[in-house]
Amino acid sequence: METSVSSMHLPLQRTEPHGPVVPGLQIPELDQCVHCGLCLTQCPTYRVTRLETESPRGRIHLVRAAGEGRISTGERFAEHLNLCLMCRACETACPSGVKYGRIAEAAREVIGPPGSALSRAVARLAFTQLFPRLGRMRVLLRLLRFYQRSGLRAVARVLPRRLREMEALLPPVPARFFTPEAEVLPAIGTRRARVGLLNGCIMPLLFGDINAATVRVLRRNGCEVVIPKGQGCCGALNVHNGETTAAKAMAKRNIDAFLAAGVDAVIVNAAGCGATMKEYDHLLRGDPEYTEKAARFSALCRDASEFLADLGLTGPLGPVDMTVTYQDPCHLAHGQKVRAQPRQLLAAIPGLTLIEMEASDRCCGSAGIYNVTHPEMSRTLLDEKMTSIGRTGAEAVVAPNPGCMLQLRYGAQRAKAGTAVYHLMDLLDQAYQAAEDDAGRARA
Amino acid sequence: MKVMDRRTLVARLREVVGAPHVLTRPEDLVVYEQDAFLVAHASPDIVVLPGAAAEVGTVIALARAAGVPVIARGAGTGLNGGSIPVAGGLMLVLTRMNRILEIDARSRLAVVEPGVVNIDLSAASARDGLFYAPDPGSQGVSTIGGNVGNNAGGPHCLAYGVTGNHVLGMEVVLSSGEIMTVGSPAVDAPGYDLAGLLVGSEGTLGVITRITVRLLRQAEAVRTLLAVFETIDDASQTVSEVIAAGIVPTAMEMIDAVVMRAVEAAIHAGYPADAGAVLLIEVEGHVQALPGLMERIAAVAKRHRPRVLRQANSARERELLWKGRKEGAGALGRLAPSYYLHDGVVPRTKLPEVMAKVAAIARTHGLVIGNLFHAGDGNLHPTILFDPRQPGMLARVVQAGEEILRACVAAGGSITGEHGVGIEKREYMRWLFTEADLQAMRRVKDAFDPTGLLNPGKLLPDVMSSGAQADVKSPAFSVRPRAGLWS
Repeated sequence: METSVSSMHLPLQRTEPHGPVVPGLQIPELDQCVHCGLCLTQCPTYRVTRLETESPRGRIHLVRAAGEGRISTGERFAEHLNLCLMCRACETACPSGVKYGRIAEAAREVIGPPGSALSRAVARLAFTQLFPRLGRMRVLLRLLRFYQRSGLRAVARVLPRRLREMEALLPPVPARFFTPEAEVLPAIGTRRARVGLLNGCIMPLLFGDINAATVRVLRRNGCEVVIPKGQGCCGALNVHNGETTAAKAMAKRNIDAFLAAGVDAVIVNAAGCGATMKEYDHLLRGDPEYTEKAARFSALCRDASEFLADLGLTGPLGPVDMTVTYQDPCHLAHGQKVRAQPRQLLAAIPGLTLIEMEASDRCCGSAGIYNVTHPEMSRTLLDEKMTSIGRTGAEAVVAPNPGCMLQLRYGAQRAKAGTAVYHLMDLLDQAYQAAEDDAGRARA
Repeated sequence: MKVMDRRTLVARLREVVGAPHVLTRPEDLVVYEQDAFLVAHASPDIVVLPGAAAEVGTVIALARAAGVPVIARGAGTGLNGGSIPVAGGLMLVLTRMNRILEIDARSRLAVVEPGVVNIDLSAASARDGLFYAPDPGSQGVSTIGGNVGNNAGGPHCLAYGVTGNHVLGMEVVLSSGEIMTVGSPAVDAPGYDLAGLLVGSEGTLGVITRITVRLLRQAEAVRTLLAVFETIDDASQTVSEVIAAGIVPTAMEMIDAVVMRAVEAAIHAGYPADAGAVLLIEVEGHVQALPGLMERIAAVAKRHRPRVLRQANSARERELLWKGRKEGAGALGRLAPSYYLHDGVVPRTKLPEVMAKVAAIARTHGLVIGNLFHAGDGNLHPTILFDPRQPGMLARVVQAGEEILRACVAAGGSITGEHGVGIEKREYMRWLFTEADLQAMRRVKDAFDPTGLLNPGKLLPDVMSSGAQADVKSPAFSVRPRAGLWS
């Protein structure tokens, strides 16, 4: 009986293993998927293609089959895995709690960074030589700023289409980068907490104003803000693109810097960075020296909105007369399960009206460097997103993550819509500023 | 007679549907070797994603010329292995054909392509205060074409009926490649009820390319009751007595302790994880009528020592309770790496007796069995949790499942309530039907598909060789030797 059943339906029709098993793909998380398919329609790439290979269940099946040596881990396998945005909407949908992100990250570690040989080389160079070294990043951004402000930009018109599109994605580099005036900035009013702030890699250069606003909002809420000098880039892009060696070194550097600062929480205002830092414990699970430290560090990490909503806003907020809609960054809603807190904070701003868009937690197509590696899919998702935003009639969209902000600004420009794009900390800062201006006028 | 080699066939298919919609590489095909039935799998040789009925017709004609079996697939959420290409062949994946062609609010009907996701139709018709009633657990993902092919049910089918009660007509591509229209929006079309025949035919008679369905008006009000019991028996008795009292709720669902544990971990719907079982009972109708109806139901429940009877206080609370029920099966991955979800039916008066039998079967085989099911319909879903890597485990699981279905049949019930037969239960068809019955069904199949092109190895058991016992013992699913060109 036993042999007859198993010989009946297991080996008979299976694609015969063509090669050896792949130990890097023997991932325990695979066991939790029971193939129910409830993730399919939540996956942006399945929604567009309606192909099983471009769905979470399909990709899990591919990883399982490749791990068993039944299919090759070559180019085609990589294409399917790389078309994934890593938005993790499937994790929200999955009743079994499959940690898809971990499966996909392990697979990308096996297949290496995406793209052509050239773009792989460029990406690897960026991941190992640029992001970990913020000094070099500053130099590069200064050059970019020079390029944008000199007449050189005209030259871009003669570039091939693909490069021209990439060029269009480049945001204008602001005149000033964010440089904190001191490593420790005192709380305003009664001190309620001592917090660390991740300065980040892109944030201080392209979004210096938002870091400055975050510092002001935290201080006004009674937080002593520490911005440790020893910190660096969080390594999220490295992790997502299978460059874990560099990522681990970057994680350790941040862990050391922030644990030494003796803070109650590590505040992150970029959702992608926050999701990665909350999982440093998983990234460093095999490293005995850092296992405990990483767990302690990850437990301290909070998105700025999560932290402020839990702490409770203090001080007078002035009016910000604006109708906005809210885009849930994937790595906040799906990655960190933070959905209510940003909305609570928006609701606390007088004069501001929030109009929800349809599917606010669906990816906008930014997804790290995805808009560069997969421009077509990225734009399809962006156009759909801009339509949803447009339907709300809101003047502005709030998206507390730099990647989403860049993408949505590009989307507004493409759609020729006047929609402004804000970070939540921007608007809170404006509200505090408005209250201060009112008070100033009252005194005068 | 081989009239076309693989290369020629693939080239022709690419001309018909466009190269990106013909998949032939192992890294593209392997994901289509399985649907939501976890116990078997087999890879197709070619996957084609057509965009229109005419393309489906040409693809089927080509497959017929090449002698290659054709298997239709929707979203792949079926639980009987019906979309698994046991004999290899060409898989027609209909997910790209997902347009809602028409919603006629005044006539309360909709015309859809087969790849439309079930819930998208209800969402689109909600603007007119209408909805599409059949609501399988997979409704957020599964396609209407797949629902029709399997005559899918769902929690609210207790009051509204299964898919077949809502299909008015359809366009279907026959095994010849010809396109045919069956049924009509009229209540009583003349001639044979071919639409009725095609519903639940699991892709063995034709490939459905367009469906006309009935839409219903949303009820004025709805009330949802969560009744918590110490034992499955108390819950089962309540169901039997509610039905015996002549009350027909729109839904009456049971979830046992095993499933509740998984659901609570996943969804935090507020199910008490330490109770024996809960019933989710829903009534719909006029606002004034509902409190009285709920009173009567509560009175019956109170005779069976309920721990709690709680009504959902808000739409959000109701939604959460239903989310727990709908995602219950998927959540079982938290408890074991695999499961075998059964689908038996018993007369509702026999519910307590058969549930006790299911528990006894679990004990005998040393297996964990969870239950979440349409109690009001007597439609059981005993779900056996297991780890397929344990030696001998699969055999035990198949054996226990078979004993459960035998218990259902012995109680006067059936081997499937809504999931269909597929490869899973075709041998069990012999428990319900005589060889003469089956022969009549085979003649129907032959009339539609004389060469056996469409979804071979499904639904009907093979002809008995003379002298064989009519009552076949397991193994249940036999897989035919691979036919076609590339064995």
